[in-house]
Amino acid sequence: MSANVSTAAIAAGIVLPAAARAGGYWRGVGRRLLQDKVAIACALLLLAVVLAAVFAPWVAPADPLKGSILKRLQPIGAPGFILGSDELGRDMLSRLIHGGRLSLVIGISPVLTALLIGGLLGIIAGFMGGRLNSVIMRSVDVFYAFPSVLLAVAISGALGPGVFNALLALTIVFIPPIARVAESVTTQVRSLDYVEAARASGAGNATIIRVHILGNVLGPIFVYSTSLVSVSMILAAGLSFLGLGTKPPAPEWGLMLNTLRSAIYTQPWVAALPGALIFVISISFNLLSDGLRSAMDVQR
Amino acid sequence: MFFYILKRLAYAIPIALAVSAVCFSLVYIAPGNPLNAIVPSDASQDLIDTLKKEYGLDKPIPVQYALWVGRAVRGDLGRSIATGRSVATEIGTAISNTFIIAVAASVIGFSLGALFGTIAGYTNGSWVDKSVSAIAIAGVSVPHYWLGMVLVIVFSVTLNWLPAMGAGAGGSAAWAWDYAHMKFMILPALTLSAIPTGIITRTLRALVADILSREFVTALAAKGLSEKAIFLHVVKNAAPTALAVMGVQLGYLLGGSILVETVFSWPGTGMLLNNAIFQRDIPVLQGTILVLALFFVGLNLIVDVVQTLFDPRIKRN
Repeated sequence: MSANVSTAAIAAGIVLPAAARAGGYWRGVGRRLLQDKVAIACALLLLAVVLAAVFAPWVAPADPLKGSILKRLQPIGAPGFILGSDELGRDMLSRLIHGGRLSLVIGISPVLTALLIGGLLGIIAGFMGGRLNSVIMRSVDVFYAFPSVLLAVAISGALGPGVFNALLALTIVFIPPIARVAESVTTQVRSLDYVEAARASGAGNATIIRVHILGNVLGPIFVYSTSLVSVSMILAAGLSFLGLGTKPPAPEWGLMLNTLRSAIYTQPWVAALPGALIFVISISFNLLSDGLRSAMDVQR
Repeated sequence: MFFYILKRLAYAIPIALAVSAVCFSLVYIAPGNPLNAIVPSDASQDLIDTLKKEYGLDKPIPVQYALWVGRAVRGDLGRSIATGRSVATEIGTAISNTFIIAVAASVIGFSLGALFGTIAGYTNGSWVDKSVSAIAIAGVSVPHYWLGMVLVIVFSVTLNWLPAMGAGAGGSAAWAWDYAHMKFMILPALTLSAIPTGIITRTLRALVADILSREFVTALAAKGLSEKAIFLHVVKNAAPTALAVMGVQLGYLLGGSILVETVFSWPGTGMLLNNAIFQRDIPVLQGTILVLALFFVGLNLIVDVVQTLFDPRIKRN
C-alpha cells in the first residue's frame, strides 16, 4: 500500500512538465540526455553488449557448447581462454557473449509485455474512472500484495521449470506496478483543462485518448518501465539461478552462475564472472533510467 | 482516527482472501491433475480416497477453496508430499530462521541507509552526496545472489574467516545466540542488507534534501534555532515516509530471501521453497507462499496504521 505513494510521487513528478511541454519538448529531452555523460556511457555499454549478443557467432572466439575434459576450470588469462573455462571446459568468454542473447531477452521482454498490458489497463482505468477503475485497480492490488520475488517464484515454481513459464511469471510480476503508475498519470491528465476543452468542443473518447491523453502519459509510463528493467534482469537470472528458467547446456548468465557454484573453491573469480555481468547490465539500466527521468524533468 | 484504522482493517480482509485465492490456484496451474500435486506417488488407494474426500476434489472449485481456507484458518495447511510432515510444522521451523537473517539484515540496512541518506541529503550536490548515491545505486542494482557468492569467495574461500553455508552444528534445531552459531548468519544477513541499504539511502536522500529546501526550515534557522534543533524537525518530517519504506522493505526481505538462502544453504523459508519446487511438493510451496504473503499484507497494514498515527495528514482511502 505504501509503495503506491512513491510510485504516484514519481508519476506526479514527471507528468507536470510533460503536460506543460512546448513544441520542442522531446528535442530538449534528447539534448539534455546527450549532455549526461553517465547516461551516455551506460547507453554505449548496453549497446555494445546487445551488439555482441546479436552477433555472438561472429564475435565469440569459440563454440559456447563445446567443452574439453582436459581444459576444465582454466584460470582467467590462460592461453586460449581469455576469461578462463567453466566446469565442463567450455570457453567462458564465448559463453558469456552467447549467454547475453537469452539473458537479455528474458530480462527485457517481461517488462515490454507488462508495459503493453499494464499500461493499457492503467490508462483505461484512469480514463474511464468509476466502477471499471475499481475493478481493474483492485484486481491489480491483489498481485501487488505479494513481494515481487515471492510472486515470481510462486508462479514459475508451480508451473515448473522452463523459459516460457519464467517469462509468464515475470510479466505477471511487472503488470501491477506499471498499471498503477499508468492509472495515476492518466487520472491526473484527464482532469486537466485542455481535456475538458476538447470534450466541450465535441471530441469523442477515442479522439481524446489518442490526441490528448496518450501523448502526455506514454512518456512517464515508459520512463517508469525502464526503471524496472534492472529488477527484471536480476529476477530473470535469479529464476534461472534457482533452476526455474533456462535448462542446461544453453548459456544463460543466471544458470552459468548456478552451475559454477561448485567451482568457487578452485576458480572463484571465473565462477563470479556471469554475476558481474548481470550487475553491470543492471546498474547501467538503472543509471540510464535515472538520466532519462531527469532529462524529462523540465523543472530541474 | 479510530474509524480510519477500522476501515483500513476492513480493507485488508478482502486483500487477504484474494491473496489466499491466488495461493489456492497454484495447485491448479501446476501441470497435471491437482490430485497428483497433493498426493505422494506411492500412496495407497485408501490414502488417495481419504485425501480426495478431505480436499473435496469431487466438489466444485469454489467449495474446494472454502474447505481449504477453512482448514488454513485452523492452522492445517496439509501434509508435505516429500516428508509426510505437516506443512505448518515445516513452515514454523523455517520461518524463525528466515526471521533471524531478515531482522539482522534490516538492522544493518536501515541504520546504514538512514545514515548515508541523511548525510547525502545534507550535502546535496557535493562529492559526498555523489559517492553515497553511487553506493546506493550499486546496492539496488546488485544481483544479491551474486553478492552472496562474492562474499563467500572473499570471506570464506580466500580469508577463511567465516563459514560459507549452513546454520552451524546441529542445523536449525540447535541454533543458539553464541558466536559459534551467529558467525553463520553474518554473510547471509550482510548480503540481504544490500538492497534495503540502497533503497533507504535513496529515499532518505530525496526526503531530507526536499525538507531542507522548504520554507519552514529557513524560518526555523532565521528564528535562531540551532542546527541540532533543526535536525530534529527534519527527522520528524522524514520519519513517516522513512518508516513506511522500511516496513515494506522488511516484508520484501522475509519474502525475497529465497535466492540468498539458496546460496548459503540457510535453512529458512527460502530453502523450504527451493526444495519444494524441486520435489514438486505443491502443498509446501502453497503453504509457504500463503504464510509469507499474508505476513506481507499484515506488515503493510501495520505500516499504514503506524504512518497515520505519526502523521494524521495521511488519511488515504
